[in-house]
Amino acid sequence: MNNKYNPALFWFAVLNAVATFLLIGLGGLVTSHEAGMSVPDWPTSYGYNMFALPIKFWTGGAFFEHTHRLLASVVGLLTTILAVWLWLKDPRKWLTWLGIAAFLLVIAQGILGGLRVKWQLDYLGIPHGAVAQAFLVLTCAIALFTGRWWQNSSAEKQISVPRGLRSHVLYVTILIFIQLLIAATMRHQHAGLAISDFPLAHGKIWPDTSAEAIAHYNAQRVEINNINPITAFQVELQMIHRLVAYAIFLGVAAAAMLARKKLGGRDWLTKFAFFWLVLLALQIILGAATIWLNKAADIATGHVMVGALALLAGALWWLVAARRTALT
Amino acid sequence: MKKSLLLLSLGIFSALQLAGAADITGVITLKGTAPAEKELTPIKDDPYCSTMYPGALPTTHFYVVSAGGGLADVIVSLKGISGKSTGGSAAPVGIDQKGCLYHPQILAVQTGQKIIVKNSDTCVHNVHTVPKENAPQNLVQMPGGADLNFTFDKPEPFLKFQCDVHPWMFAWVTVVDHPYFSVSGADGKFTIKNVPPGKYTLEATHRKLGVQTAEIEVKDTGAAQNFTFEIK
Repeated sequence: MNNKYNPALFWFAVLNAVATFLLIGLGGLVTSHEAGMSVPDWPTSYGYNMFALPIKFWTGGAFFEHTHRLLASVVGLLTTILAVWLWLKDPRKWLTWLGIAAFLLVIAQGILGGLRVKWQLDYLGIPHGAVAQAFLVLTCAIALFTGRWWQNSSAEKQISVPRGLRSHVLYVTILIFIQLLIAATMRHQHAGLAISDFPLAHGKIWPDTSAEAIAHYNAQRVEINNINPITAFQVELQMIHRLVAYAIFLGVAAAAMLARKKLGGRDWLTKFAFFWLVLLALQIILGAATIWLNKAADIATGHVMVGALALLAGALWWLVAARRTALT
Repeated sequence: MKKSLLLLSLGIFSALQLAGAADITGVITLKGTAPAEKELTPIKDDPYCSTMYPGALPTTHFYVVSAGGGLADVIVSLKGISGKSTGGSAAPVGIDQKGCLYHPQILAVQTGQKIIVKNSDTCVHNVHTVPKENAPQNLVQMPGGADLNFTFDKPEPFLKFQCDVHPWMFAWVTVVDHPYFSVSGADGKFTIKNVPPGKYTLEATHRKLGVQTAEIEVKDTGAAQNFTFEIK
């Protein structure tokens, strides 16, 4: 069914998606600055109504945590408006339900973040980070579905995308999401860099994780913020993160090559696949820089944000490819 | 009358116990070169805390070593003793937040012993305990706010206190279930007072360098035991 393109609704959905992306960045800053527990109460802030916290308290870690809460409130409001708008104005029932799903997810995400603070359950930060990524994909998908291209494109102009290529992109995108789960687990250990060198790891291709070696690494580490001692599990987790990163890079490179072969170099999806590859290269550089610069907060946060973009690029590519194939 | 007799008996019993008790003394030394401490550079970005340090910034204090090699901040404690805590009646110990740092940064208390946390700064701090065995707490402390009291029921080494507003602020509190412990001083020396004679396992723990133990016998004249930690 062709729907009437509603530019106001589309741009509002885009605004929501951009705000969500910025919120992920701010969430990355909260974790990078180890500031997640700097405001111990929730939904109040230092006993004040969250929206009335005097500026004098917006300092240090509290600045990141408090602004994260405020922007999260904005995203919550935007998502609510978007869900109601879709309900009232968009005739596509499935999209209405997607709007409701986004509304429920943003509420769940807010509660998850709040309980992580209130109950001091550090591990809740991991699902909080994962849901954030899934929610970004959802908000961007809604923006795509409300866009002119999705609603008005005709079958004549489309080139079908082979199933094998679509499946390949889907699997790589799922792998990126798994990688983001690994990354969220690493970040919420609050132990800084489990391996402080790259491309080697503690001077070796595969690091020694014996009890003696771990004791030696800890004795030599002098941390300022990320003060927890490292464990063998954390060292191994970072190695898995590295290996999965290489696998993803190869997977995206293969996707770009396949797209060029099957769709041609001038196809928009081929160009987008190569953009995805550039994102992955940038992400690996940022990952290396995070290690070389001892987990500098801005670099580590950039790594989080580009990771979110890499997931998003794969998901949107797959959605567009599925739409084109369905139209032909 | 009965009450007086009971108190008198208790007093005599305690005096007899102390009379038969002696001290364990020793020195902790560090062999090898400790890694260089780091300046707490994030302080520069904090509008309040930076004003406290117009010159050099404070540094981390993981390895406090005297000129003679004495290693401070080692917790020395008798191992394997439990249920002997006198923490409920022991004098409270204090932690002060001053200059956006905890003072002291390493201390030891008994289970049930009160820790009073004070905020001498004119900025807000949150006092966030991150235990493994005890219940976590996270409380805000406004400038000039009332002191905060903490007690811990279970023994635990190096229970972390941190301020997440100023994420370089840490203190570590070791909680033990008896009164026989000490923290080595700036010269590496320690004294555990009033230990009843007997055979014990003595444990020395450094936050970075791990644990060492020694079998000792405390006689009426006391006991001496040194420890040497090595950094490779």
